[in-house]
Amino acid sequence: MAAISEPVVANAARAQLWRPLLHTSARYRMVVALLAAVTLWGLFAWGYQLKTGIGVAGIRRPVFWAIYLVNFVFWIGISHAGTLISAILRLTDAGWRKPVTRAAEAITVFALMIGGMFPIIHLGRAWLFYWLFPYPTERLLWPNFRSPLLWDVTAISTYLTGSTIYLFLPLIPDVAALARHTTGWRRRVYRALSVGWTGSDREWHALEFAMKLMAGIILAVAVSVHTVVAWDFSMSIAPMWHSSIFGPYFVAGAIFSGIAALLIAMAVIRRTLHLEAYLTEHHFNNLSKLLLLMSLLWFYFTVAENLTAWYGNEPKEMAVFGARVRGPFAPYFWAMVICNFVVPFVLLGIRRLRTIRTATIASVCVLIGMWLERYLIIVPTLSYGRLAATWGKYAPTWVEISISAATFTTMALLYLIFAKLFPIIAIWEFETEVMEVSSVS
Amino acid sequence: MSERTKHRWAMAIDLDRCTGCQACVAACHAENNLPLSDPESAAKGRAVHWIRVDRYYEGEFPEVKVKHMPVLCQQCDEAPCEPVCPVYATYQNAEGLNVQVYNRCVGTRYCGNNCPYSVRFFNWFDPVWPEPLQLQHNPDVSIRMGGVMEKCTFCIQRIKRAENDAKDEKRDVADGEIQPACAQSCPAEAMVFGDLNDPESKVSRMAGSGRSTRLLEELGTKPKVFYLQRGA
Repeated sequence: MAAISEPVVANAARAQLWRPLLHTSARYRMVVALLAAVTLWGLFAWGYQLKTGIGVAGIRRPVFWAIYLVNFVFWIGISHAGTLISAILRLTDAGWRKPVTRAAEAITVFALMIGGMFPIIHLGRAWLFYWLFPYPTERLLWPNFRSPLLWDVTAISTYLTGSTIYLFLPLIPDVAALARHTTGWRRRVYRALSVGWTGSDREWHALEFAMKLMAGIILAVAVSVHTVVAWDFSMSIAPMWHSSIFGPYFVAGAIFSGIAALLIAMAVIRRTLHLEAYLTEHHFNNLSKLLLLMSLLWFYFTVAENLTAWYGNEPKEMAVFGARVRGPFAPYFWAMVICNFVVPFVLLGIRRLRTIRTATIASVCVLIGMWLERYLIIVPTLSYGRLAATWGKYAPTWVEISISAATFTTMALLYLIFAKLFPIIAIWEFETEVMEVSSVS
Repeated sequence: MSERTKHRWAMAIDLDRCTGCQACVAACHAENNLPLSDPESAAKGRAVHWIRVDRYYEGEFPEVKVKHMPVLCQQCDEAPCEPVCPVYATYQNAEGLNVQVYNRCVGTRYCGNNCPYSVRFFNWFDPVWPEPLQLQHNPDVSIRMGGVMEKCTFCIQRIKRAENDAKDEKRDVADGEIQPACAQSCPAEAMVFGDLNDPESKVSRMAGSGRSTRLLEELGTKPKVFYLQRGA
């Protein structure tokens, strides 16, 4: 951080980080329009599904769950980016986290918003989704607390609430500063969001305490959320789902894909907003190492999960296992291994190859691999049930593909709008750092 | 709980008698207002048959033996479909029946995934019947809307009618008085329905027979459908 060691430079930093908030380029508008078009197409597909019936999706007996649930697990997994980077690094007081945290926390909130939609999209009667909320209906009928789906609803709504607060807290000093320097509707919005922040010592202490507290809480919630998502599967008695390893396996996978998503977001922000001075090689290098670590952990879990199933040689499990590693799902399985293990291991494991570019490539591979992993967990198990007479083959339809594609553009869209309204890098954290540095010197 | 209630309905199917004629399947369709499917949707796995006849082939061609097995909801005592439903759309009633409440169902389809027998069916669309078949609906059975799960009910409408008749006449339901559509239509009389709480009932005696087994019994689901066949 030698480049930013003067308070004068801090002002320049502020100017640079505020620039995207105040100026909108034609390119930005074009990208937003493009993303919005795909998102609208996805909304249309969903509307068509609501009107016609969920049968327009490719799901069938016995594959009652398919890529809607794959997307659900995938996006909830992505949401772990914010939690891990931000909460762990904040609690351990790692200095290099500062330019990374807000980008990560925003991913969490948006990925949760998207992931949380899928349990609703996949319902047969989506308009009754609120029957799953953990309070009694007008018929005084409580939902069934024994159902993992109810744990899901409870966990995810808690996580979304918590991570929204966690995104909002460190935003307060920045919006307060923005309120002082903007005019018009922006000023009114920022002022409302700054909840009367004046920057007194007492407020700083309260904020510091609240952020630490939320970091601790959100960490526990995040681990439990993805464990509960895993339990949707492992609580059932379907072959290869009923596995005790699924909780930690899913949490590790979630953090793995979360880091990958964060790396991609950072690379894009760095390029488009010219923030090379803030998001440096150093940050990418550290995150790459974390990604490599998670890749190894993921590989370990995958071996543990599959080796035990293969060695146990139980016929019902072997039907699913065989379909995965050498049957109709084999191309996806081996693509997953390459994407999740081989590529990150080579690109990030060899120091000479570890650059921002290769880290981004590896991250894209990891996202593809982790999506495939969830597909390989959900679909083969349901296709190869316990009675061979009921086996069935699933293929997605244009509706499912459209809605899935739209989630990616929605994510990008939400992110772009967020970056337009709020500084994507927490400016005040820099300024405190600058103050610390200058007081030492 | 089942010991304290008056009835515990069950079925015994003698596989040595089953000819695989599918009369039970047709009867079930007529009795329970099952939606019809065309070849296209059936190929997509969208056909609804609350009872189906699974075929198992033994031996190599030309020495092939076909075994038929009618599979319907096994009305498990420990039904895996029940605890996973978030809205209590499926639960165990006092007579041990695994019932489905269509109005409560929101269509998570979790029950369908967790049923090892794959006997749960989903309404992918609102059902339609080609003219004039909509006129032959059974008035005792509700039509299910799109987006909800359904499955074999052991013809609960027939059970309730018999129970009410017996109550009105201040007597017990006689053994054999209730016949689900499948059992009634079986020309080989392979299917027997009755009360497990009555040790003298035909189904109790068949369930206790040395030929009696239950499907995927090792999962601990405690099904109330008993399959009878000679030892292998």
